[in-house]
Amino acid sequence: MAQAPALPGGFELPLEPRLPRIGSVDQVAVEERAASLSRRSIKRESKLFALDLAVRMMDLTTLEGADTPGKVAALCSKAMRPDPSDLTVPPVAAVCIYPNLVPVALDRVQGSGVRVASVATAFPSGQSPLEIKVEETARVAEMGADEIDMVIDRGAFLSGDYAKVYDEVRRVKEASGDAHLKVILETGELGTYDNVRRASLLAIAGGADFIKTSTGKIQPAATLPVTLVMLEAIRDVYEETGRKIGMKPAGGIRHAKQAVQYLVLLHETLGVEWMTPDLFRFGASSLLNDCLLQIRKEKTGRYQSPDYFTID
Amino acid sequence: MTEIEKRQDRSPVPSAFDYAPAPESREIVTLEDRYGLFIGGEWVEPQSGEYEATISPATEEPLAEVAYAGPEDVGVAVDSAREAFENGWSDIAPGERAKYLYRIARILQERSREFAVLESLDGGKPIRESRDVDLPLSAAHFFYYAGWADKLEYAFPNRNPKPLGVAGQIIPWNFPLLMLSWKIAPALAAGNTVVLKPAESTPLTALLFCDVVRQAELPPGVVNIVTGDGRAGAELVKHPGVDKVAFTGSTDVGKEIQRAVAGTGKKLTLELGGKAANIIFDDAPLDQAVEGIINGIYFNQGHVCCAGSRLLVQESIYEQVIAKLKRRMGTLRVGDPLDKNTDVGAINSREQLEKIKELVAAGEEEGAEIFQPPCRLPEKGWWFAPTVFTNVAQSYRIAQEEIFGPVLSVLTFRTPDEAIEKANNTPYGLSAGVWTEKGSRILSMAQRLRAGVIWANTYNRFDPASPFGGYKESGFGREGGRHGLEPYMRFE
Repeated sequence: MAQAPALPGGFELPLEPRLPRIGSVDQVAVEERAASLSRRSIKRESKLFALDLAVRMMDLTTLEGADTPGKVAALCSKAMRPDPSDLTVPPVAAVCIYPNLVPVALDRVQGSGVRVASVATAFPSGQSPLEIKVEETARVAEMGADEIDMVIDRGAFLSGDYAKVYDEVRRVKEASGDAHLKVILETGELGTYDNVRRASLLAIAGGADFIKTSTGKIQPAATLPVTLVMLEAIRDVYEETGRKIGMKPAGGIRHAKQAVQYLVLLHETLGVEWMTPDLFRFGASSLLNDCLLQIRKEKTGRYQSPDYFTID
Repeated sequence: MTEIEKRQDRSPVPSAFDYAPAPESREIVTLEDRYGLFIGGEWVEPQSGEYEATISPATEEPLAEVAYAGPEDVGVAVDSAREAFENGWSDIAPGERAKYLYRIARILQERSREFAVLESLDGGKPIRESRDVDLPLSAAHFFYYAGWADKLEYAFPNRNPKPLGVAGQIIPWNFPLLMLSWKIAPALAAGNTVVLKPAESTPLTALLFCDVVRQAELPPGVVNIVTGDGRAGAELVKHPGVDKVAFTGSTDVGKEIQRAVAGTGKKLTLELGGKAANIIFDDAPLDQAVEGIINGIYFNQGHVCCAGSRLLVQESIYEQVIAKLKRRMGTLRVGDPLDKNTDVGAINSREQLEKIKELVAAGEEEGAEIFQPPCRLPEKGWWFAPTVFTNVAQSYRIAQEEIFGPVLSVLTFRTPDEAIEKANNTPYGLSAGVWTEKGSRILSMAQRLRAGVIWANTYNRFDPASPFGGYKESGFGREGGRHGLEPYMRFE
């Protein structure tokens, strides 16, 4: 079995012969803290700053069986220039798609700075043999995806086979080559905040560059308290080892107001250092237009009809 | 400039995400220039002829002039309460009393924004707290005791409960409207009438409450509010027409009151100071425990009698907890109480600020290590940065005396027995907190801690159904719950 990379003191993995001490999370208190931060009142220039940042942090996503080259091409155009009538609105961080559509996306976004992220490892369930997952990852990396979003094997995690989860992350990380690896925990299936924390630390130990809440296929997807628990795990790892891990809440974030709440959570948990697309992303399909609407409102003082924003 | 003032002048590192000001509007509150006394359902001029300004602690701006009651004024108020008690209130149908209380609760909910703004304006506490804590709890208290008003026979079966008569109530400045509710709701539910004296630095929400009393069409004289300083309080305590004295405030004044009441047959409840231990075991959920520490001591600028002002941390996690705590303190937003993003507001009065400074200086002088996060305090008004002392010995004044400000003293322990020994080693005994994942340890700690309220994996959480009160020099008698009715009843 592989040697786990350095983890914060007291967070030794069960892979070690020592007793595991991963720490715990109090449900009531963490939900209270998240709720209290969600009541921050973000106005005027700070709101505009947050909305602009939210756009720059967005992984514009389509993950449907019905996805076609045409659909992905439209998404890429939107990603590169979200609001054609206001060129100060920045492009989003990335488009997030299925493996088969990676070449189409790469072709469309070339030179724009928008990155291409692909899901892999038998997304969304992860219930396939490891060799197939590794192979899929390697192929996606070969095709040239900049980022790979993998899922953990929740079946293994929930049956207590943490070593299997860890090994899979490590193997997939190796297969990803230079691509950035985001590890999806699918927190909606993990059941407790303690499990979310445990899975976060496992994924980080296995080599994740980012940890991500959800596939978007399971409810509940991202929530503020789950994100807070994951941000706190990231903070503990950073304090102990200096390693900076990114965070991506995904699924269920549809309104600009929610995006601002997530950014407040990020700001007050990890500080301004983490307020960059390199370390925080939103996985969303319908959030962008609400952000554009709110940005326009902040700039002009008036709400525009949704018809002025393209649906892609 | 003193050393402390110099240190507090450091500015925080500017951030790209500084929240823009988000002040709650003052427009909703209409203040009179001058307030009289509320006696017998009417505003009356004080016979003393004295008025004093009440000041906003955040800006030092005078808000209104408030009457200072003299001995005659207190006498008139007690007589008015007596008359209301004899002529109707004590023997109207209990269900009718309940209706008045429900009505007051609903009006408080309807006017909660107005009350919250005024509470923050007059007292300096952040609007986030007056809006989310003080007001909902005040209304909840009236709702709760409204439910008991017609069920007293069930609260005290076979004891034939009867009201006492006139209750003289004196409340502090840290939770002006909430303490008023804690006092008035059970007294009225039990069938008493009241004369209440608000604190001199925070009378305005009690005066606005008179408007609620009228709106609810409470019979005249059932609730009388006399404003003034300690002299008016002393008059109220010694007035022979008062059957019951309820006091929340400092231990020194509590002792004086107990002396004054001795031998008179008046019933007495006292809710006094505290120096609570907040105990963190090494298996606690650390990030949430740190939130609990913050909430325990910086809630309402530490102006909380049950504040977790002594932090006891198990030595094996000491470094980690202190590092997390200091980082978290850096995110506290100190400033304008009316800004919706403010976490820590203004110190209630100049006098209190002096007391905090004096004790903090004593802590430094005794050898404790001080930490304050960088924060720029407003120039006007009374402010004190969130402060933590490490390397504190049990013998230091900051570990023994109640500071009643945003100042935390940290001590360590090695075993549960040592934690109990240190936690109980204080003249006070109001509250305590225990943080651990182990349920059995929570239960055993709760049994051995000598404190009236013990929170497990939370802190400063209140509910009208839960009795609140102290051991030892933290006072006696309970407020809240069925227990809170008993001090307002006699049994035949």
